[in-house]
Amino acid sequence: MSTSSVSKGCFVFKPSSKKRRISSPTADYFSEGKNDSEDSGLRFATCQLLWKQINSETEKIQEELNKQLFDNLISFLRQSHSEFQTKKTEWMCRMKTSEIPTAALVLGVNVTDHEVTFKSLSEVLQDNITPYVVSLQAKECPGIKHLLQKLMGQLMDRCVDVDSSEEEECVNISQKKIRCSMASLSKWYESVTKKTGSETPSKKRTSSSRHWQFPPIVVIFKDMESFTTKVLQDFIIISSQHIHEFPLVFIFGIATSPMIIHRLLPHSVSSLLCIELFQSLSCKEHLATVIDKLLLTTQFPFKLSEKVLQVLINIFLYHDFSVQNFIKGFQLSIVEHFYSQPLSMLCCQLLEAKKRVNSLSHNQCENIRGLPSFRRYVESQISEKQIALLTEDSFLKEVTQTLLEDLHIYHENYFPVLRCLHVFTTSLPKYPLGKQIRELHCACLGKRVWETEEYGSAVQLLRMLAKAELVAILQKCVEIFTSSSGKQFSNTVEKLEEFLLRFQNLEAETNEVQDVSVSSQKELQKKTDLYHLQKTLLELKESKRSKKLTKFEMLRFEVVDFIDSLVRSYLAPAEMQTLNEVVYFNTANILREHLNAAPRIALHTALNNPYCYLKNQTLKSDVGCISNTAPDICIVYKLHLECGRLINLVDWLEAFSTVVTAVAGTDPDSVATDQVDEIIHARFIRAVSELELLGFIKPSKQKTDHVARLTWGGC
Amino acid sequence: MSQLELKRNKVLEARFVADEDVLKHISDNGGVKVRKDRAQLALNVKRFVKKLENISDDDEAQEILEEQNYVAVLGACAEDSLRNGPSAGGGKIYSFQTPKRSGKMAELASELAQTPGKNVTFDSSQYPEKPASTPQSSKKYSASNKAQLKSKKNEFVSTTPYRLRKRLTAPSLRSDSESDYSASCSEEEEEDKDHKETSDVILDQKTPSKTRAAPTPASKKTPAKKLKEEMMSNLVEEYFEAHSSSKVLTSDRTLQKLQKRKLDQQTLLVLLNKAPPAFTAELKELNQQHESLFSKWMLQLHLGFSIVLYGLGSKRDLLEKFRTSLLQDSVHLVVNGFFPSITVRSILNSITEEVLDHVGTFRSPLDQLDLIMKRFKEDSSVELYLLIHNLDSKMLRGDKSQQILAQLASLPNIHLIASIDHINAPLMWDQAKQSLYNWLWYETTTFSPYLEETSYENSLLVQQSGSLALSSLTHVLHSLTPNARGIFRLLAQYHLENKDNPSYPGLSFQDFYQRCREAFLVNSDLTLRAQLTEFRDHKLIRTKRGTDGVEYLLIPVDNGTLTDFLEKEDEDM
Repeated sequence: MSTSSVSKGCFVFKPSSKKRRISSPTADYFSEGKNDSEDSGLRFATCQLLWKQINSETEKIQEELNKQLFDNLISFLRQSHSEFQTKKTEWMCRMKTSEIPTAALVLGVNVTDHEVTFKSLSEVLQDNITPYVVSLQAKECPGIKHLLQKLMGQLMDRCVDVDSSEEEECVNISQKKIRCSMASLSKWYESVTKKTGSETPSKKRTSSSRHWQFPPIVVIFKDMESFTTKVLQDFIIISSQHIHEFPLVFIFGIATSPMIIHRLLPHSVSSLLCIELFQSLSCKEHLATVIDKLLLTTQFPFKLSEKVLQVLINIFLYHDFSVQNFIKGFQLSIVEHFYSQPLSMLCCQLLEAKKRVNSLSHNQCENIRGLPSFRRYVESQISEKQIALLTEDSFLKEVTQTLLEDLHIYHENYFPVLRCLHVFTTSLPKYPLGKQIRELHCACLGKRVWETEEYGSAVQLLRMLAKAELVAILQKCVEIFTSSSGKQFSNTVEKLEEFLLRFQNLEAETNEVQDVSVSSQKELQKKTDLYHLQKTLLELKESKRSKKLTKFEMLRFEVVDFIDSLVRSYLAPAEMQTLNEVVYFNTANILREHLNAAPRIALHTALNNPYCYLKNQTLKSDVGCISNTAPDICIVYKLHLECGRLINLVDWLEAFSTVVTAVAGTDPDSVATDQVDEIIHARFIRAVSELELLGFIKPSKQKTDHVARLTWGGC
Repeated sequence: MSQLELKRNKVLEARFVADEDVLKHISDNGGVKVRKDRAQLALNVKRFVKKLENISDDDEAQEILEEQNYVAVLGACAEDSLRNGPSAGGGKIYSFQTPKRSGKMAELASELAQTPGKNVTFDSSQYPEKPASTPQSSKKYSASNKAQLKSKKNEFVSTTPYRLRKRLTAPSLRSDSESDYSASCSEEEEEDKDHKETSDVILDQKTPSKTRAAPTPASKKTPAKKLKEEMMSNLVEEYFEAHSSSKVLTSDRTLQKLQKRKLDQQTLLVLLNKAPPAFTAELKELNQQHESLFSKWMLQLHLGFSIVLYGLGSKRDLLEKFRTSLLQDSVHLVVNGFFPSITVRSILNSITEEVLDHVGTFRSPLDQLDLIMKRFKEDSSVELYLLIHNLDSKMLRGDKSQQILAQLASLPNIHLIASIDHINAPLMWDQAKQSLYNWLWYETTTFSPYLEETSYENSLLVQQSGSLALSSLTHVLHSLTPNARGIFRLLAQYHLENKDNPSYPGLSFQDFYQRCREAFLVNSDLTLRAQLTEFRDHKLIRTKRGTDGVEYLLIPVDNGTLTDFLEKEDEDM
């Protein structure tokens, strides 16, 4: 069946039911189209498992981060309508003012992350406060009518869900039949609350254990900014009329600033609201936590290389501030890694990996031998071992196991030392190595950090730290090392504690030193002779210049040197590690191409320099010029660049045919010129309509046979 | 300082000069180049400023490196060296608007035409005759150009500097020309004059394009020294010049004068088939590269991503191949976004009616969407592949349509793969939609012609509905009474009589009634009205109210078709 038709734009293809595949064939696509298909099943399973773990971890992180916010919100909701629960009359008195309790939830500009937050928020509210939670989106509510419809619809559905199948009349009331108004809403609320109130005590307890007898109706406006002012105003005014009939609470989701409420609503309306402000966690902190929990840990075997991480962070910082997108990029890199790297089957927990090494096939062994890092390793070995590594599979497997273990240990050491260094560098002015740990991580992953200029200046600044600061930092470091899982750090911890002890002992000693200086000062005052005075002053100066370092300074030097040695031994770049290709995803290019593509550049390149794509020698030309054998559309495009806002089609056609005839034949008389002209005309028409499709030109009525240019420089 | 600036400017020019400039630079000592130079300067103004900043270290290599770093950090550019060139060339496009001269296009065309097809680089060393011509600066660049044309007379006429000639003849010329040229740039009319002159003298003249192509470079001859001094101030002036006038300077020539008949879609296709295909081997290779990604696409679709294809060339064949090779055994929906009357509604309808076998109507697309989402969430075994060609087409690019499609794409068991072509297509999506779509971008430049996609378009040069209109006209008229036919004939004749009158408002109803009465076609204005209603229903006529409130009748068919129709009618009678 063809998919082109002049009467239809949609074509459905339904294979007969028996031909339809039943099982999920995702794994097949993973292995398809690749020559080294062995182990691909295993690889895919590992990939899926890893992604599942990481996904659940991110959800957990999100939940923890939101907990504080949600707790605040819940207590606000409880408190806002507590009077309604206890005494209805009192409530009515208070609500004479008809103020609606409102929570303004400032969420930040990363709109894409909000969906998750709202989803978990409404779940939390349903669990803790009320079954009547309604979330509204601006695009669903173009008018007040739609808004009320949506509101009622969601409430009725919820009611069915909560009371299960017992309330059959609820099911029968289809949402279309009800005239959607606030009056019917209040009637509905009355009936619902009465029902729960009059039910059997046992049932009541089960429901009221979570909710009160009069649970408030919570209306969440997910994207407050995009609601039409009129709809919002009307709804607020209407509901303020009914606030004494049922408890109503609003939650505004705000992406910009709380000022927007006052900008959207006039004073007469906003005075009907009793607004309390809630601030959600900033997306930067969220990202920091995610990086901390997903990347700076040995929990997950998969790692990102410096460039990849840089790309993901850049997308985050320069494009969307969205943690969801960051995680999506992380998912993509996992998939890409397992898809493209045959040895990624070893990218799992150490014990499992060791097992898998034993069952490696010969091909996979060859793959290992092909890794650049492994080759470097082989070259550093003695010649007999080299031969054994390159010829005997069993020996190779043994070595691989130890190498994998080494890699694991490297990571175990890397992260505590990194955190420790981060504690040091964040206390420095101007943050030579970056404020965030991710910057430090990138710096350490990419190259030998101790060879960089920034590290040099950081160490110099460290040598000038005050004692109090230094002690505090050292204590933090001790905490980091003791909490880390690496056993190698017992010595380090001891050493650090010793430093701390010595700092304490210093106090007494420093007093002595001060005494000496004081005595010399006194000596100075005693002398009255001018000559002697000059002499002693000179002496003092000399002694100051070549002055011996105080004990504190010596100790400080020692500490800094110790940290430096830790950095040098543990923070070697990952690329230097043997077998790092197994766990590190390296191709940042792919990630950037797929996540942050530049369609305009691609189009521009294809039009300006077709040689980039069509590797034909005749197309090769300098930058800025184009060969006249290029595809028609390129020539037409190039010609149109020379024009201003309007382009005369006749001129254009002639210019085009000049170019094309020059290519086609040296003697146009030999061919039937008429026909050639027709063909050129047709080609021109095609090229021009293609440019129109691409959005470079559009037909213009300003002048006959002219088109308007739409792109840069034409305006 | 300014000396240094000039130097810097030269250095940077070396990186961007087009071949033509190199040629000109060689063929005469700077004279011709300057005009171009100015444009270059304006184009590169950003770069220029940057240069000034680190003028002290004078290290271009490092400069480039820095730029690359910057680009790399922004993530705008792919890493491979291939892309670096063009992305730098993008500076030419993303720049100030500079005044364009009408002759530029023809100039470039002759430039390109001159380049032999087999020539790989346009290097000066390959043109030994150029250095030879250098001393004769009077002949300059255009001389060699005209050698091709073998017409000495033509050369003589056209080498006269336009500006000079214009100064001499401008008043008289302008007075009789009806074009909207400003005085500063009226080369075109003079050129027309050139044509006349040359055609008078030379009988064996070539196509007008070639003669046209030749004179324009001559116009660029302006004294060099003066311009070099004013380079900086000119930059500013040019900017304002470009932005000041709202008038656009183009020639007045029309296609009608060219005696080219409009092609209809079918002849266009036939003609295009005759044109020899180019670069078949390379195109095939490109396609094979893309086809190797098919299984990866499937994998990623299954993992919850949507795939969007971009790049020059029709991606329809590629997607079709993807469909036929991998989707044969699964339910899929192909949407031709380029189809002129496609709507989201029709997409949703085909999902509900044909995929989900749902009977019934919906109040709004949102309701329909709700149902689809519910059904797909309930039954995870239902899978649907959605292939959309040209997601950015006029009918689908609206915010609401995109929102609905994005929500469809966000369903885990609907797998969306789409293609976009418009340069501004990514602007359709805000952050929220993008995250719903969950795009993975794939560059698939195919260079294949957009045949299917443009065939629906009412293209500029294609006579779309000519034959169709004529046949419908005759069919409708045949079903009418002879009197009614006569009425229409009357109107058509009147219409054709006035075809040369640009301010012809149409035939007023009263006049028309009078004429019909005189021809014994109607007996009351009511019968005429009834007749006209019938015409209007068939879109044969259109009524328009004039400024004086009188009703005017018009035939919305172009004159050619109408003449054909009348001739045919005469034959039938």
